[in-house]
Amino acid sequence: MFKKFCLLGLLLALFACKESQVTLNAIEGTQLAITDSLPQDQQVLDYIAPFKKHINDEMSAVLAYAPQSHSKTEGPYNTAIGNMMADAVLELSNPIFKSRTGHEIDGVLLNHGGIRSTLNAGDVTMRTAYDIMPFENSIIVVELNADKVRDMFNYLKSGKAHPIANMQLILGEDDSIVKTLVNGKPIEDGKTYFIATNDYLRQGGDGMVFFEDPVSETVLNYKVRSVLIDYFKEKDTIAPVRDNRFIKE
Amino acid sequence: MMERRSFLKQTSIATAAFSVLPAFETFGASSETKKITILHTNDVHSHIEPFPASDASYANQGGAARRLSLINRIRQENSNVLLLDAGDIFQGTPYFNFYGGELEFKLMSMMSYDAATIGNHDFDNGVEGLAKQMPNASFKMISSNYDFSNTIMEGLTKPYEIFIKDGIKIGVFGLGIQLKGLVTEALSKETQYLDPLEIAQDMTRKLKHEEKCDLVICLSHLGYEYRFDKISDVKLAQQTQDIDLIIGGHTHTFLPKPVVLKNKIGRDVLVNQVGWAGINLGRIDFEFSTASKESKPVDAAVITV
Repeated sequence: MFKKFCLLGLLLALFACKESQVTLNAIEGTQLAITDSLPQDQQVLDYIAPFKKHINDEMSAVLAYAPQSHSKTEGPYNTAIGNMMADAVLELSNPIFKSRTGHEIDGVLLNHGGIRSTLNAGDVTMRTAYDIMPFENSIIVVELNADKVRDMFNYLKSGKAHPIANMQLILGEDDSIVKTLVNGKPIEDGKTYFIATNDYLRQGGDGMVFFEDPVSETVLNYKVRSVLIDYFKEKDTIAPVRDNRFIKE
Repeated sequence: MMERRSFLKQTSIATAAFSVLPAFETFGASSETKKITILHTNDVHSHIEPFPASDASYANQGGAARRLSLINRIRQENSNVLLLDAGDIFQGTPYFNFYGGELEFKLMSMMSYDAATIGNHDFDNGVEGLAKQMPNASFKMISSNYDFSNTIMEGLTKPYEIFIKDGIKIGVFGLGIQLKGLVTEALSKETQYLDPLEIAQDMTRKLKHEEKCDLVICLSHLGYEYRFDKISDVKLAQQTQDIDLIIGGHTHTFLPKPVVLKNKIGRDVLVNQVGWAGINLGRIDFEFSTASKESKPVDAAVITV
């Protein structure tokens, strides 16, 4: 009998609880900084330790040597680090593209925002490649008609140092286009061009809408970071330079 | 007649129960205070370790091991803690490149996160990459406006979750950002993005009016605010009702303190975002009283930020 009382009482109490509205009295908000004055939880440290060691071992592997530091802010128009990335994409993607399609890559366009770190003087390691390109983006070769290629050069007129390779763009003093070359030749109507870029830009990233609706496209399944790692492994010295591929007269 | 007699009998038994058991007096007229603590992160981006001492901006800041010791300290003060994350758990350090998010999810589980929502970078290894890590998540993955029906993520997320802490009912839903332009279709596959405002209306109706939640929280990866016309946390706060707190992400906004905005019907709604990389932990305390007879509107609560 007592058990029954309890149950009923509990039911009624719950009902009463629902009836008597819960009232929000006060709200207090603060941002708490995670600083080195806080102790480190040992369980977390122990869990991370073996992964950390493995990553550090891999990342410290020396792939090449850079005599000088290069930053993407040394632009405008073209930067040594951007030129290196675009040239690496051309050099290493073209054999894969050619073996798959029989065609050659005519030019490369990457984005300035995609250079995520400086190339520091000294040992070029696996970590350098991860710092410059932490994202998983991969190379895609897009076949564009002549008008789309002209749209591409018009986009580049803004002067932002988006990395290019095997192409030339010269702007006049009033930022008008003075000269454009793809694979050493002027753009010809009726011809199509194979431009290598990354999948982010192919989807219209950074407003590069000229990559939409291409004549054809070839996904290489080759990450931009892997291109850099392979490029660093191939070269002993990484000493890119600024040149006249994209300049203002 | 029988029914009425039975009712009367039950009433008297119930009264007797109250008088017999003093433990139930707490449910009576005397007021009780309950405190719910919401802790939150956003855009941690695989920053498992603190920034190195050489970092120009955030030297020695952040780190999962320190975050957990702070969370544990707060849990010792108040057991009614809800720990939430607003997305972009993945991408940003080699931990993600090497292990695909395994450490991120396992560490969040170790910290007893209650729920998270999905950011655009959580698609960086595709829906497959995200689905692969889901067994490592003991927390709920809440997404109200991504329809994963035709993808491998189907059934691995929930549109909302209701948490009950000390009798206080807390409804949490999650909003993700438009995928077009941010996530390639090769990664998101057939994931459908649904309108955040429409979904927010469905969710608040469900959580506030059908489920009668005492608190409604939106985990958002929409971004704090934009100079152009794009749905953001500020717009969401102003164009909806019945949301008490929006925990934001995506724009890596370091709000100096939580922001109080007026919603569609002129009531207060809090928006908070704590930068990125686990540099800060957001804390919002909600103090409730029960058994108070006069019903107070939400804005009557004193907000201290």
